[in-house]
Amino acid sequence: MTWSEMQPLLEQACTETLIMVGWSTLIAVVLGLPIGVLLVLTDKGGLLQNTVANKVIGQIVNIGRSLPFIILMVALMSFTRWVTGTTIGSEAAIVPLAIGGIPFFARLVETAVREVDHGLVEAVQSMGGNTWTIVRKVLVPQALPSLIASTTTTVIALIGYSAMAGTVGGGGLGDLAVRYGYQRFETGLMWITVALLAVVIALIQFAGDYAARSLHRRGARSGPGPKLRLLKAKEPAAADVGKVA
Amino acid sequence: MITISGLTKVYRSRGREVTALDGVDLHVREGEVYGVIGQSGAGKSSLIRCINLLERPTSGTVTVAGQDLTALAGRGPRAGKELRRARSRIGMVFQHFNLLSTRTVQDNVELPLEILGTSGKERSRKALELLDLVGLADKAKAYPAQLSGGQKQRVGIARALAGDPKVLLSDEATSALDPETTRSILKLLRDLNQQLGLTVLLITHEMDVVKSICDSAALMDKGRIVESGTVSELLATPGSELASALFPVGGEASADDRTVLDVTFHGEAATQPVISQLSRTYNIDISILGAAIDTVGGLQVGRMRIELPGRYEDNVVPIGFLREQGLQIDVLGDEPVLVKEGAK
Repeated sequence: MTWSEMQPLLEQACTETLIMVGWSTLIAVVLGLPIGVLLVLTDKGGLLQNTVANKVIGQIVNIGRSLPFIILMVALMSFTRWVTGTTIGSEAAIVPLAIGGIPFFARLVETAVREVDHGLVEAVQSMGGNTWTIVRKVLVPQALPSLIASTTTTVIALIGYSAMAGTVGGGGLGDLAVRYGYQRFETGLMWITVALLAVVIALIQFAGDYAARSLHRRGARSGPGPKLRLLKAKEPAAADVGKVA
Repeated sequence: MITISGLTKVYRSRGREVTALDGVDLHVREGEVYGVIGQSGAGKSSLIRCINLLERPTSGTVTVAGQDLTALAGRGPRAGKELRRARSRIGMVFQHFNLLSTRTVQDNVELPLEILGTSGKERSRKALELLDLVGLADKAKAYPAQLSGGQKQRVGIARALAGDPKVLLSDEATSALDPETTRSILKLLRDLNQQLGLTVLLITHEMDVVKSICDSAALMDKGRIVESGTVSELLATPGSELASALFPVGGEASADDRTVLDVTFHGEAATQPVISQLSRTYNIDISILGAAIDTVGGLQVGRMRIELPGRYEDNVVPIGFLREQGLQIDVLGDEPVLVKEGAK
């Protein structure tokens, strides 16, 4: 297989992966964030303590998390058809990807929000703030660096899931690697796909880390972790700018 | 300004009950600085959190500026609108400052105003004015992580004042600070108390805090108020634990061959040479075991522990002489009956 043959295939696969992962991440973040926050609020000792609601939401999230994605995808087929009118193609793959992503992201949100110092919540309560104010002004902004890191993790997980979605006709890079690379013994194309995926994931991880770090830097209470200090030491000028700003 | 009566707080967890507050009565007058002191676990934190109902008391009432807050509480853990409005009129500062690390100093001070729904322009004017008041006008754009502990607490105080409160609650505000910073924060609180007529209720485990700024104080132990009153009343109370803690003096108790007295001077008596008079008049040798002179709540007060030779019975006349001079005498020893008779 020559490069001119591979190129359109790769381009199309990349676009499909981008569409599937982009939309499903968006949906997972938009719906997973409130669910994660609710898990914290309704927990014992939380602002909206409600054991029943907490158990119910927790169980639903657990079921979503524990099902292997490929099974979730098959199980959701009728729902997917109802939403998109089809069960094949990238659009159809978005549905199970988003539904798999929601509980995944929600659990990460829960962990991030739980890390927020309770003293801050108490301070806003003492000012007369209500629960919604606390969520908006304290929990989400304070957890933002962790939430960005969680989003990065979710994107990478969804890229992994999207490869499975490819096997049922979702398209994308994973599908390309399986259909051409594995089934047609086009080893060259497979390795290019693998390399491409590795590069994409590295880029996403780097961008996510950078965003989380730049947010964290100005807000750091006890300074950045050891890894960040190494990075900062290499570029003292940038660190100083951050301090002044 | 703040009246607490019969306040009880019981925590229940896994079937066990812990009584944090056990029938606390407390009255804080308008414009005074009131210190509640006690060891860890005495119930101070629960007490201050019950005042703005961050903790719901199990029973009892809390009245702040004539408003019964416990009546506003309603049911369930969530605070209703009226309680939230009442809270916004009570400032609170915290031991660990509790500033939002993602907001600038100015935005932190503006937060209570955002909650009150003040317009953007007014918010920033007010925030800058308050930062000026606490001496941090130049740090408005800094982030909390760039400030020292003392500066952070100043921001915390500016933030607590944003809603124009009449009452400021201070939860161990200086406990995380070094002694010098502690002094400057206490001075700030005192200035605010005098300039703005702010009523301050503070809890602390440091006797120095009470000594340097409080008009009144209460000692808490195991969820109860053991002693309370204005600082001068406390100093005039025989056997007051707070008074002796404010004024620690060394020395051992009375024995068969000696009588140990704690002499507390305040007001007029502090200027009289009573000890040398005593020695000359009764021709006895007096040993001074320990002594301290200090300003407590703006009053010059001295305390001295002296030893007279002989048993208590032999010294009834000299002790009577000291009492006549207007001094407060506490006899240390294991003869409580005699001490009480002597006090009459």
